[in-house]
Amino acid sequence: MSQKIVQVDALESEAIYIFREVLAQFEKPVLLFSGGKDSITLVRLAQKAFYPAKIPFPLMHIDTGHNFPETIEFRDRLAEDLGVELIVRNVQDNIDSGRVKEETGRYASRNMLQTETLLDAIEEFGFDACIGGARRDEEKARAKERIFSVRDDFGQWDEKNQRPEVFDMLNGRIDLGQNVRVFPISNWTELDVWSYIEKENIEIPSIYFAHKRKIFVRDGMIWSADDSVVFRDKEEEIQEKMVRFRTVGDMSCTAAVLSDAVNIAKVVEEIRDSSISERGARIDDKRSEAAMEKRKQQGYF
Amino acid sequence: MKVLKIATAGSVDDGKSTLIGRILYDTKSLTDDKLEAIEEKSRQRGFDYLDFSLATDGLVAEREQGITIDVAHIYFSTPSKSFIIADTPGHIEYTRNMVTGASTAQASIVLIDARNGVIEQTYRHFFINNLLRIKDVVIAINKMDLVEFSEEKYNAIKGEIEYIASKSEYKGQNLTFIPLSALQGDNVVNKSTNTPWYKGDTLMHHLEKLDVEDINDASQIRFPVQTVIRPKTEEYHDFRGYAGKIYGGDLSVGDKIAVLPSQTKSKIKSINFFNNEFKTAKRGSSVTVTLEDNVNVSRGDMLVKQNEEPRIAKELNATICWMDKEPLQVSQKYYIKHGINDAQAKITQLSSIIRTDFSGIEENPSELGLNQIGDIQLKLSKPLLVDSYSDNKSNGSFILINPKTNNTVGVGFIK
Repeated sequence: MSQKIVQVDALESEAIYIFREVLAQFEKPVLLFSGGKDSITLVRLAQKAFYPAKIPFPLMHIDTGHNFPETIEFRDRLAEDLGVELIVRNVQDNIDSGRVKEETGRYASRNMLQTETLLDAIEEFGFDACIGGARRDEEKARAKERIFSVRDDFGQWDEKNQRPEVFDMLNGRIDLGQNVRVFPISNWTELDVWSYIEKENIEIPSIYFAHKRKIFVRDGMIWSADDSVVFRDKEEEIQEKMVRFRTVGDMSCTAAVLSDAVNIAKVVEEIRDSSISERGARIDDKRSEAAMEKRKQQGYF
Repeated sequence: MKVLKIATAGSVDDGKSTLIGRILYDTKSLTDDKLEAIEEKSRQRGFDYLDFSLATDGLVAEREQGITIDVAHIYFSTPSKSFIIADTPGHIEYTRNMVTGASTAQASIVLIDARNGVIEQTYRHFFINNLLRIKDVVIAINKMDLVEFSEEKYNAIKGEIEYIASKSEYKGQNLTFIPLSALQGDNVVNKSTNTPWYKGDTLMHHLEKLDVEDINDASQIRFPVQTVIRPKTEEYHDFRGYAGKIYGGDLSVGDKIAVLPSQTKSKIKSINFFNNEFKTAKRGSSVTVTLEDNVNVSRGDMLVKQNEEPRIAKELNATICWMDKEPLQVSQKYYIKHGINDAQAKITQLSSIIRTDFSGIEENPSELGLNQIGDIQLKLSKPLLVDSYSDNKSNGSFILINPKTNNTVGVGFIK
């Protein structure tokens, strides 16, 4: 037998504890998987929480149709390797049926449209707990989010009437029709996530590392030049640069950064020295000062 | 990475958000885009200084009213440590948020406006720190620039706080007094030249030196089983692992344990964390253990060392902080959540309301309202395995849930 001593890192221990509470307190949990580094980290933590058993709930991806192809390929492979069910629901279906209207123009994004598809899927499967990778350090409104966050039928977040969370007791009691959004890595920072990915040697989609890409620059931000998805003015010129992405949202609202960080060690180093916040590269938060809070009240993840 | 969780408390105008903004600024934790946003907003509002409170006041309602109304979490790090600040509001109606923020904190900062000195709010903040038994408390005497960095002012406030401390029940507290100006940056991160009479550390230097451990002091081991892991695969056909988080002490292979409440005895056979086995797991670790004997263990059971057993209680005496608009009343029924265990609880007695300004108690009240703290007795629908809060914070606390609304309505500290 091994002589080793284990002291599980406080943040990792907390996340594993939360996953186990979700399994015990809810009938039908689901892990919302975007293919981004935060949800990939969640998957690893879920694996650890229940090892050597398999992750005891499905993964679900709300696909906007505007994802980076690298992310989709990665998603499918990961689910297969884990032997876990993967549910995909498409925003395109709601656009085709006329349930939601697509934005047009310069800053058009399908990010907001995800909400409707997510709420439909929650109802379709009867999920009572949706586990997500949101972190409190991402954005001011997220800083006030609970670990167990109760949502009503419309997915609405009532920020003034949140349950107090004391010590590590998690109150998952809900009424029929309500569901809980669960955020196991609430207390992690972007750097914590990257350090963990490095330490655990977790595979992530290639777009997180520096690569050559066709891009154009608008308002000082770097956009992927894919005219089928990202709106581009004629005078916005296409160039080829070494870039990487710090978050993986839609191509239409996720800007790249110039980078030479071709491996995880270099990425961690870059984040440590970084002077722009992660969501600073997300145009969807910039629409107004209260953008995130408003989206959350409407059921956005 | 070591993580230190800090609760902050202060009255509406004590400059708490400004202090946090200042810490973020001076530790270079504000990124360029956030700093630009603060500069722009400050300019728009016609301020001739940077309004750092904009960095933390997250919700629209707060920005409209210019006050903080809920617990916000702020993250930053220095080369030696990661910090999480639970920024909790100071006005009276939000005591519940203060208790919430402080419940997971290893240290606490109480802000005092040097011009006003110790006020009713200060007593309340200090009281909550004591109730929660927070070990390291910093008394940050702010706005020193507005009292000409007066040593007399500082000493007067220090003396008053020391007097309150001498009257409080919890004696294990380390008190540190720091004169500062959040707006000007004196003694926050950088040492001030305006306070030559002050020989202590700056606020950040002090926080960096604090010992980071669990919120629990080392005590007896408590291992509540969250879930039983049975993979039922060929490779792990007979695997029966008990998953949970270790509280109080370190757990080792070979430890003689008792399974409660059944009192069955066994030994720890293995400690597993993911795909590795370990001989010892430190407290605070979420692990999975197996036992030597084939005993019946399910969620809610607790593994403890033999001869280190908690109390098996069907009745509880506790101090409770009430967090709901609908007041607590005798003979009401609630759900009780103690750690991961649930039961029903009936309030059998409300013996007193404790005045948070250290002026004593009010006996035999008819009800306990929002943000009041009182002593109660509870009768439970099934026995719970408890410690007193002073022995083990995690196993000595509980929450009450209103069965009609499912809301968490109170937090209790077992005597």
